[in-house]
Amino acid sequence: MVVMKMKFPFQKRVKLAQGLWLLSWCATVAGATTFTLGCILKTELRRRAEVMDNQDIHIVPNTLMIVGLASLGINYFASKICQDALDAGRFPRWKNFLKPYFAISCFFTVLMLLAVIMSYALKGSLESSLKVGLRNGIRFYKDTDTPGRCFQKQNIDRLQMEFQCCGNNDFRDWFEVQWISNRYLDFSSKEVKDRIKSNVDGRYLLDGVPFSCCTPSSPRPCIQYQLTNNSAHYNYDYQTEELNIYLRGCREALVNYYMGLMNTIGAGVLSIFLLQGSVLVSLRLLQTAMEAVAGKENTEIETEGYLLEKGVKDTIMEYLDPVLKFLLLKNQVEEGTAAATSTTAKPRSGK
Amino acid sequence: MPFMPVKFNLQKRVKLAQGLWMLYWFSVIAGILIFSLGIFFKIELRKRSEMMDDNESHLVPNLLILAGMLACGFNAFGGKVCHDSLDPMKFSKWKPMLKTYLQLCCGFNILLVLVSLLCFLMQFSVYLTLAEGLSYAIRFYKDTDTPGRCFMKRTLDMTQIEFRCCGNNNFRDWFEVQWISNRYLDMSNDVVKDRVLSNVEGKYLMDSVPFSCCNPGSPRPCIQHHLTNNSAHYDYDHRTEELNIWTRGCREALFSYYSSLMSSIGVLVLFTIVLESVDMAGLKYLSTALETMSEPENPECESEGWLLEKGVKETFSDLLTKLKTLGRTNQVEGGDAPETPAAFASI
Repeated sequence: MVVMKMKFPFQKRVKLAQGLWLLSWCATVAGATTFTLGCILKTELRRRAEVMDNQDIHIVPNTLMIVGLASLGINYFASKICQDALDAGRFPRWKNFLKPYFAISCFFTVLMLLAVIMSYALKGSLESSLKVGLRNGIRFYKDTDTPGRCFQKQNIDRLQMEFQCCGNNDFRDWFEVQWISNRYLDFSSKEVKDRIKSNVDGRYLLDGVPFSCCTPSSPRPCIQYQLTNNSAHYNYDYQTEELNIYLRGCREALVNYYMGLMNTIGAGVLSIFLLQGSVLVSLRLLQTAMEAVAGKENTEIETEGYLLEKGVKDTIMEYLDPVLKFLLLKNQVEEGTAAATSTTAKPRSGK
Repeated sequence: MPFMPVKFNLQKRVKLAQGLWMLYWFSVIAGILIFSLGIFFKIELRKRSEMMDDNESHLVPNLLILAGMLACGFNAFGGKVCHDSLDPMKFSKWKPMLKTYLQLCCGFNILLVLVSLLCFLMQFSVYLTLAEGLSYAIRFYKDTDTPGRCFMKRTLDMTQIEFRCCGNNNFRDWFEVQWISNRYLDMSNDVVKDRVLSNVEGKYLMDSVPFSCCNPGSPRPCIQHHLTNNSAHYDYDHRTEELNIWTRGCREALFSYYSSLMSSIGVLVLFTIVLESVDMAGLKYLSTALETMSEPENPECESEGWLLEKGVKETFSDLLTKLKTLGRTNQVEGGDAPETPAAFASI
């Protein structure tokens, strides 16, 4: 049961080879583009690495970079093969190379598709990583004198200003941590002592947010402190006030930003995947069409080209057979020894 | 005696034509670059036109856009001429236009010199416009309910955040204006009434700055209010505190940004002038080499190319006499004119 059989007269073969040569050079450029897109995504993820707890999401840009480099090699060989295809003397030297070449190319092309699927699948992991990272960032905001956390304040401030967000889920996250260091609190003041005694952990908590939560678009000067106390400010109602500070949480802002970036990159990578797939299909058709010509006197006869000689299942088994045999062979030896020793010892389960 | 003559055989002519063709296309790219930089500069000026009270001069970016388009056109034409130069049939089409073309290129080069001078000199104008515009911006910061000035607050806040600056000269400019609107002041409060009565114009002045002056790099949470009052904050000395708010003024910050942009554009224009002059010289050599072929039918004959037909001094004196003859056509009428005043004087 042959998959996708097509007739190829001489002219069609020539046109196929020429078209494929052009297509493979386009695909080389596309491969370089994939690599660049992977680099861009990795750079963007590394810029905000301080607010991410784990680096799981980096598998997406790493895969894109590997696939980009691999496709450069794949398409280079594809252009070389189709250049030699129409020359009956030079084509046979590629014979042994083509089977592993197609296996590797299919693997990397499928990997490209997997990278796009992973970028959607890992959204949850990215969100939880940001949740933990931002929570730590807010907790260590005040520790500007602790080595390793000196720049946490600056990073969180710049993040909030650039992404126009405040806190982790929203601005109330700032009410639950002490974000003013003890070095700047006057412990002899009654107000400070009251606040510290008012909670179990002895922290200085207040209903205020840092200045980086302030919105420039607000018509009135920014109200940062005593946010929930209407009487502390003239003509102010915190339940209806929307423009004073950023209401969006930084986790939501960052997830939206990265998902948008990965959507754009994913769309590009999908079109490159289609291009690469068409290069491989055309090369396979050209190879099978040229193999039928080999050894014949008249090279201008009409031949048939096909994608797979047997069906899909049979072809997969054919490729996996050498791999399985390598593993099964080991098993057969062990089963043999197990059977021999089973007469003297209790039967052992085969590994 | 021609100025800087060079002998040409076929090989040399072909090389000159090919090299000149590549150089013309490189100049087209330079022209495109100048055009896009002109557009970029125009956009940057319009983005911050509120900081300059909408008074900024768009002369330099407009000239750059014009120069870029002209450069593309002239150089593409020059490239086409070079491409056709080695085919006598095609070249004869372009021959009569070459003299005018070279004169136009000369004029264009003078325009480019003017543009590069302006790039460096107009920086003074930008500085003065910024100084005036920023003082108005600070004064109208609170007028978020006045049509036409609604977004002054947002623009000024974002400028201070982006350029890491505070105020016009420095942060003390904020102490001299009322930057909190009366809508948000409780006029029945004693503190407010005291402040308003404490100065002649009845303005609510205080030693505070807006939040956009805050420096994220400060180790302590930002101190915006009571900046000059050490006792209002724990462990604070306003004379030694450097990291709390931005100490640089926005005029200096914006000016250094615009001046570096204008200087780099000026340098690029100077480079383009050099490139254009080399193009013109090459084209002159090529056209004279093709004209002076001793045997027009035999393409492999020798020829001579030069920059100027006579020497430099003679060419200049020729030019001056030409200008004088232009003036002399006026003098014919001037010949009649002296008679009439004499006629009047005699009356």
